[in-house]
Amino acid sequence: MKIALRVNGEAREVECSPWKRLLDVVREDLRLTGTKEGCGEGECGACTVMLDGEVVNSCLVAAGQCAGRDVTTVEGLAHGDLLHAVQRELVACGGAQCGICTPGIAVCAAHVVDRGLATSRDQVRELLAGNICRCTGYQLIVDAVMKAARDR
Amino acid sequence: MTEYVRPRALDEALAVRAAHPDYMVLAGGTDLMVNANHKREPAGIIDLWRLPGLHAITTSDDHIAIGAGATWLEIQRHPRVLERYRALAAAAREIGALQIQARATLGGNVGTSSPVGDSLPALLAYDADLELASVRGRRRVPYREFCTGYRKTQLAADELIVAAHLPNPDPSSTTRTAWRKVGTRRAQSISKVMGAAMIDLDRDRRVRWARIALGAVADRPIRITAAEDAVRGLPLAEAAEAAREATIAAIAPIDDVRSTSAYRREVAGNVVAYFFSGIIS
Repeated sequence: MKIALRVNGEAREVECSPWKRLLDVVREDLRLTGTKEGCGEGECGACTVMLDGEVVNSCLVAAGQCAGRDVTTVEGLAHGDLLHAVQRELVACGGAQCGICTPGIAVCAAHVVDRGLATSRDQVRELLAGNICRCTGYQLIVDAVMKAARDR
Repeated sequence: MTEYVRPRALDEALAVRAAHPDYMVLAGGTDLMVNANHKREPAGIIDLWRLPGLHAITTSDDHIAIGAGATWLEIQRHPRVLERYRALAAAAREIGALQIQARATLGGNVGTSSPVGDSLPALLAYDADLELASVRGRRRVPYREFCTGYRKTQLAADELIVAAHLPNPDPSSTTRTAWRKVGTRRAQSISKVMGAAMIDLDRDRRVRWARIALGAVADRPIRITAAEDAVRGLPLAEAAEAAREATIAAIAPIDDVRSTSAYRREVAGNVVAYFFSGIIS
């Protein structure tokens, strides 16, 4: 089916099965490969995108469900060369290592910071609990999100 | 290719459901879409996500009606749920994590009725009724009767789940509720054992009655009636031990990848005992 949706503020159209995963639409049809696949089961959060303003695992969303919806991927967080505060702080704090989980963490953290939900380290840990990192541990990531929340 | 239907109203959804019993009913997709790229495409999808009216949460003096399409994020943030249905709010906060809670719905948890569905013991503790609809009409089924076996329910091939109705705990009453999940990690993990209870105390803090429900200890979420009988009339500390013993004797959990039967039995006893010591509201 033809699916018209907004991606990172732009009107886009794809033609695919309504059963195709949003994750695959984003990576294959839209060539936005910043979004990564980790587990494909909604456990790891690597494929996190925003859908109508909420964070979701894009591996669990059917393409048909995205018709007329608004999607923001990690590519949509920065404005040109100007990084989102959480991206800047993830770089500054060293809150990344191998990088597979980083796009999902950036999207989830941007949502959390922009909504004013990053009120404490405990709160950030709970809200980011759906994003699993197997390299760094979470200390530097939480540092980055708290700094980004303070910057804004 | 898969057909895709996004009904604009419940009546339309029911008509499509009746005409196409082979179509998949999909809302948040957090269960049905797992490994979707390795599954056979369904003949069709009836997309109930944000169907007008289906995700509403409405309150009255004597109950709350939670639309089947309401997400666990919406449920845990609803002021009345936070005020009066804290065990349900607690369950909602430990279903997956933020990304899952933003999509997963009450109707999904109920429709699948997996033995590890985290909200289901809470629905049993609150003695929730389900509202079901089809082109033939509407009916109410207590959740206690709805799940009839391992992932088996009373839902007919042409029916949809509309809402769960939870009676309002009387604000002046002495009922308390509790909820507890045990998994490898608080977020995301599938429960080894989880459960909920509603406990009514008399003026001397003796148990007048209790509803105790557990998940992951049987082929479906269950009430532990032996423990409910055992605690009647006891002070809290004694009730905790009586409930523990009765629970351990009453259940026969399985060994699987997540846990062993022996571990589940002991932890289920601890969880039930905790309900009488760590009452949260």
